[in-house]
Amino acid sequence: MTDKITIEIDGRTCEAAPGEMIIAVADRVGIIIPRFCYHKKLSIAANCRMCLVEAEQGGRPFPKPVPACATPVGAGMKVQTRSPKAIDAQQGTMEFLLINHPLDCPICDQGGECELQDVAMGYGGDVSRFAERKRVVKDEDLGPLIATDMTRCIHCTRCVRFGAEIAGVRELGATGRGEDMRIGTFVAHTVSHELSGNIIDLCPVGALTSKPYRFTARAWELTDADSIAPHDGVGSNIRLHVRGGRVMRVHPRDNEAVNETWISDRDRFSYEGLNSEDRLTAPMIKTDGVWREVEWQEALTLVAERLKAADASRMGWLMAPNATLEELYLAQRVARGLGCANIDHRLRQQDFSGDDADPMLPWLGLPIADLETREAILLIGTEIRQEQPLLAHRIRKAALEGATVACVNPLTLALTHPARQLVGTPAQMVMDLAAIAKALGDTGSGTLKTVIGSATPGDAHQSIADALRAAGEKSTGVVLLGALATAHPDYALLKALAYRIGELSGAVVGFLPAAANSVGAYLAGAVPQGLPGGRPAEPRGLGLGEMLSTPPSTLVLWGLEPDRDLIDPARAMAMCEAADLVIACSAFRSPSLEAVADVLLPIGAFAETSGTFVNAGGLRQRFQGAVAPPGEARPGWKVLRVLGNLLDLPGFEYRDAAQVRDELDGLCGDAVLDNARRGDYPTATPGTTAGLMRLGSVPIYALDPLVRRAPALQRTPVQGAAFGVYLHPEQARGDGLIADQTVLIIQNGHEVEANVFLDDAIAMGCARIPAAVTGSGRLGAQIGPVEIRPWFGETGSEAG
Amino acid sequence: MSFRNAPLAVIHDRDKTTLFTPEIREQIDIWIAKYPAEWKQSAVMPALTIVQDANGGWLTPELMNDVAAYLDMPEVSVYEVATFYGMYDLEPQGRHKVCVCNSVSCLLLGSEELIEHVEHKYDVRLGETTADGRFTFKEVECLGACRHAPAVLVDKTYHENLSPQALDKLIDELE
Repeated sequence: MTDKITIEIDGRTCEAAPGEMIIAVADRVGIIIPRFCYHKKLSIAANCRMCLVEAEQGGRPFPKPVPACATPVGAGMKVQTRSPKAIDAQQGTMEFLLINHPLDCPICDQGGECELQDVAMGYGGDVSRFAERKRVVKDEDLGPLIATDMTRCIHCTRCVRFGAEIAGVRELGATGRGEDMRIGTFVAHTVSHELSGNIIDLCPVGALTSKPYRFTARAWELTDADSIAPHDGVGSNIRLHVRGGRVMRVHPRDNEAVNETWISDRDRFSYEGLNSEDRLTAPMIKTDGVWREVEWQEALTLVAERLKAADASRMGWLMAPNATLEELYLAQRVARGLGCANIDHRLRQQDFSGDDADPMLPWLGLPIADLETREAILLIGTEIRQEQPLLAHRIRKAALEGATVACVNPLTLALTHPARQLVGTPAQMVMDLAAIAKALGDTGSGTLKTVIGSATPGDAHQSIADALRAAGEKSTGVVLLGALATAHPDYALLKALAYRIGELSGAVVGFLPAAANSVGAYLAGAVPQGLPGGRPAEPRGLGLGEMLSTPPSTLVLWGLEPDRDLIDPARAMAMCEAADLVIACSAFRSPSLEAVADVLLPIGAFAETSGTFVNAGGLRQRFQGAVAPPGEARPGWKVLRVLGNLLDLPGFEYRDAAQVRDELDGLCGDAVLDNARRGDYPTATPGTTAGLMRLGSVPIYALDPLVRRAPALQRTPVQGAAFGVYLHPEQARGDGLIADQTVLIIQNGHEVEANVFLDDAIAMGCARIPAAVTGSGRLGAQIGPVEIRPWFGETGSEAG
Repeated sequence: MSFRNAPLAVIHDRDKTTLFTPEIREQIDIWIAKYPAEWKQSAVMPALTIVQDANGGWLTPELMNDVAAYLDMPEVSVYEVATFYGMYDLEPQGRHKVCVCNSVSCLLLGSEELIEHVEHKYDVRLGETTADGRFTFKEVECLGACRHAPAVLVDKTYHENLSPQALDKLIDELE
């Protein structure tokens, strides 16, 4: 189908591919045809009839106007989009569409950016001939993110098709007939898909609008600034709409290579956290347990003095993986300038024994867009839809094209495409991978030999192995390790097996980044074993694992909350408490920071600083600050620059963030992201024990401090987001527990009360206890042994 | 994008052998067999009819969900079908259904008169059931019997060319 044909639209000769629709060709050459139901990413419905045009083929005109969105082009076709017949048809359609549409533009959020309004300006009459009663449609509550005003709906069905085709969950439908037709869920329920906010953009009228943004601004009052989403590893291209120094809402920007035209709800609604009451607005110092606000000068002078006086070998820097590249680079420059190589951003990893074999610059292993052309995808330890919503969408596209998608997880995922899911305890995950390796003909060496030797491949393992090998021969296989693999107590072993599977099948091994700039953190040198550009550090510093076991005397925390953002909150808090000095640079105040820190420095959040994020596919995306940080808060890189000056470190005379970036670019030189392992992973025997294992996955809206403070997202019901103990019904029965019962979670000697929920997605032998949510702050490792005991205490237990 | 040419299947994990009765399943399976395997949701209309008949002439949301589960399709797609067509009822019905066609041919040839007559004589409005539960009185879109309009569908039988008296006779025969 590479042969091009030529057609003529409005007298212009256009090149087209056979079978393309007229509207697609017209869009490409910039000829505007009005439309409502057509959308380039959705299937063709041809139900709004707004795009009627006049056409002729081979000198014979079509007997009546044809819909441009549903008429394939043919060689020599001539199309008139503005002929009297076409205009007449379009005006006729417009009149019908406006019959039942309310004239409430002045109070409609879509007013000023409404496709119907725009097209009505061009094609609508000024007076309606419709004198009968207009219809009124009852609104539906679709949850805290999407506001509905269904009387305005013109039945384009874009939202219905989005659900069916993109989200893969058909939640909305068109029920009723004729004038009674309405769009809705029929049986009222919250639309809960992680991409559902996109229907707000798709809706050509004001029927579906953003609930948090509702009635807060007018489209023409907003200025926009391009930015990059700061949460998952996709780095979705977004547009911040700003009024009066405040981010009012977030829209997607098209970028086929990254986010196509979509963004996840997390990227869309997390901006609300920017305006949270928890914002830290002034530097603060704690003296004798009392916090007081101080001037930057005083705070930074104190920090510089204390850092200078501190023992650099007993200092530790922990960086949030969604800090900008510039912040990460400057932080490690300050740290290393002080003689401290102890810096880490891998906050949710517990097994660091593979550091020496790890690639220096790990990444996804392929550009994001290439995911959808893979033919076999093995996902290891990832709740992909929660962790990386838009990568999950790419994987779904691959699956619908026939790719084999397999998962090795401690819980069954609710996926919207066919997938082969192997579910078992963390120890079983190791055995499942070993079985796949064995099915590929691996005998292993060292401890791997014992592990692989003891595995017995079943049919499932064999078929996954076969699919990976078949795809590997065409270089379309990929093995991806996610957040639950990273948090796994035997991460090194999982990696060893993943690499074996990759090597034997020809599949690429890739890493799903923990956050927006995880890939960038390696490039910036924010790891104990690596310098900027991925050069090995000699000698290597201490990583998070060593800091947790041997607490540093001086700690710098950047953009994180110790009881939420670290793998083992109990030990993290103990580490912070053991330190003589804790300096926290944060955009937010939080009880845990206030408890353990001595100095709080307010830094700007993502929309308030310029910077760079490197996404999963290695794409560097720069962005500018769109609004000023609140109060005395300053962009993080500026804080570090001044700190560098105060510490008399050489080369801290940056004038802007671009200079920082250019310097890092120079250091990175021709460094390329490369997942090749540098050696053999240590062959320790699996450390996972036989007892009940905690599964501390991070719910989608608990990922980082910003999203945890976005009220609308927090109100969105997500399965498994509430703190509690989620058990398989069989497991609960075996342990003598019932739903809603209060139990005591005992992990590493810490006891926390919680309720039991039954969930048959959880593997037997596991208790899913979410991390990073309220209640989880005193527990131990995200994945590790746990004890659950019925609890009969006084508080909280109600009579009867 | 192009036209969608594959159905959106939703694999429900409910055990299909627990849905409906063996007899109903057997009847639905006859219809499923008429379509390609990946298009079994094409059997949704006969399936709804079968299930509705077995439930006294109306469908509950639970029954519609069961049909969705049995045909591995999204629930809302079943609601769409069931709310679109006049022959599916979503509320309890009388023992019989008297459905007067009120599309243009029947309208021109006296269907309004039929409606008025029945409403008056049996004290039942359109969409209502008589007090004794004998029949539900419905207005439906074109029955496709224009050549002998006006037409009335009583349960599953067509009656054409009706006068109010002839309709009375039909109604009187109902249990």
